[in-house]
Amino acid sequence: MTPLLSVQNITKRYGAHIGCADVSFDLYPGEVMGIVGESGSGKSTLLNCMAGHLTPDAGQVVFDTRTDGPRDTITMSEPERRMLSRTDWAFVHQHARDGLRMGVSAGGNVGERLMAVGERHYGDIRDKATDWLGRVEIDAARVDDRPTTFSGGMQQRLQIARNLVTGPRLVFMDEPTGGLDVSVQARLLDLLRGLVRDMGLSAIIVTHDLAVVRLLADRLMVMKSGCVVEAGLTDQVLDDPQHAYSQLLVSSVLQV
Amino acid sequence: MNDYNFAYLDEQTKRMIRRAILKGLAIPGYQVPFASREMPMPYGWGTGGVQVSAAVLTPEDTFKVIDQGADDTTNAVSIRTFFQRTAGVATTTATRDATVIQTRHRIPEEPLTEGQILVYQVPIPEPLRFLEPRESETRKMHSLEEYGLMHVKLYEDISRHGHIATSYAYPVKVEGRYVMDPSPIPKFDNPKLGEMAAIQLFGAGREQRIYALPPYSQAVSLDFEDHPFEASKADHPCGMCGAVDSYLDELIVDDAGRRMFVCSDTDYCEARQAAGHKGKDAA
Ligand SMILES: Nc1ncnc2c1ncn2[C@@H]1O[C@H](COP(=O)(O)OP(=O)(O)O)[C@@H](O)[C@H]1O
Ligand SMILES: [Mg+2]
Repeated sequence: MTPLLSVQNITKRYGAHIGCADVSFDLYPGEVMGIVGESGSGKSTLLNCMAGHLTPDAGQVVFDTRTDGPRDTITMSEPERRMLSRTDWAFVHQHARDGLRMGVSAGGNVGERLMAVGERHYGDIRDKATDWLGRVEIDAARVDDRPTTFSGGMQQRLQIARNLVTGPRLVFMDEPTGGLDVSVQARLLDLLRGLVRDMGLSAIIVTHDLAVVRLLADRLMVMKSGCVVEAGLTDQVLDDPQHAYSQLLVSSVLQV
Repeated sequence: MNDYNFAYLDEQTKRMIRRAILKGLAIPGYQVPFASREMPMPYGWGTGGVQVSAAVLTPEDTFKVIDQGADDTTNAVSIRTFFQRTAGVATTTATRDATVIQTRHRIPEEPLTEGQILVYQVPIPEPLRFLEPRESETRKMHSLEEYGLMHVKLYEDISRHGHIATSYAYPVKVEGRYVMDPSPIPKFDNPKLGEMAAIQLFGAGREQRIYALPPYSQAVSLDFEDHPFEASKADHPCGMCGAVDSYLDELIVDDAGRRMFVCSDTDYCEARQAAGHKGKDAA
């Protein structure tokens, strides 16, 4: 089987400082990859390199495109990459306000990607937006309200709806439950798990919260100082960590 | 007038502006940056339009200025006087006699012809601005033809008002490529933008942008399949000339609050009255 995403030797430096170094892995369709590690270990840097938000200094990010098969997204043209970002890819930011238009209604937020790919029937767009609000457990009556009037958990669910409405094949998430209350986190995790299963989503989830990967990720990579120190099936890594750092992480000795 | 170079600006500056205009005409709807000069009038008074007019005027031209359709507002009079003094050009209020027309907020009712130039004063040239304030990002959206955001604005309009409530500065797609803000003309005027025989030039002074529509360009107003664009106006005939096809201003005519609708294009209205047309409020 062709990997959906094949990451090869990605390195990103900030001046002399290493963001992430020589990371490689394959992600197969329907798989969820978790990336864990303490703050500053390079998780976001790696994710942003994969999603096209940062240009790595070395390496390839090969995505299996619908039309042309595997393509290196780093060397493809910017219009092609931006087209991918609003069709086959989705990106869920830790802070919902970074991924939402706060001055636009919930319906407009969800509808934007539809309009971006050429939908021009108001009634259809609104119906799809309303349907998606339902799927992320937001009352349809809130369709015309702005996200500023939503709670943090609702904003995050709205951001997810806005990202998934065009049926992306790969979802990047950076600390999707970070900054939320514990009870709100649990509900969001349940919702995410349901969506991942129902839609058969492929996803890469960055988090420092092991509970998140335990619940969502099939496979796990542990990062430290920009490098992957251990990788494997989630249960294996969490239950029987091999690397000393992973052992520390799992035993919660490290306050991350 | 001998104190000034012809039309106030020096030749070097006019050449620079003409290059921007030519580039604008070559890429219809594309916003060309230009080095806007200080003009002896405040921004908001049409300094962009004035610089474009200065760059295209020749001594043989006949110049007309309208502000919301009227030739006699302070703004229109001061710009007309400015070019009378600095360029010595003939001026007129008659649309058909003018070779260069500078306008704020209207397109004349009388169809313009080949050989005429319509110069718009533009306050905000960027149609994507209100949802995406970052200039670096809007420039990228134009270059990559990512215009979904324009429809988000229209979507918001409908969700809030039940219809597309945008009635001024209604965005158009030019020649199937660039989305353009036609300046704050009423959307009633939008259908005149497309297929116009005259050259249309747009100047934004504060924002330092010039853009253009060459003659007979296509300019399509954005809309939804189930909420098509409508060029609406007040549903009345003109009280003075009886015209049913012109854009109307609503006036309060006495202390009792009596209202009257009259053509916003005063030249059009007066010409009709002179030809014997009479509205119900005409004396
Ligand atoms: N824009 C930047 N400029 C300089 N250094 C950065 C920048 N972003 C991140 N870093 C550094 O790169 C390393 C990895 O950061 P990051 O990818 O944000 O880690 P994580 O997401 O795991 O917390 C850290 O040492 C961080 O300080
Ligand atoms: Mg991070």
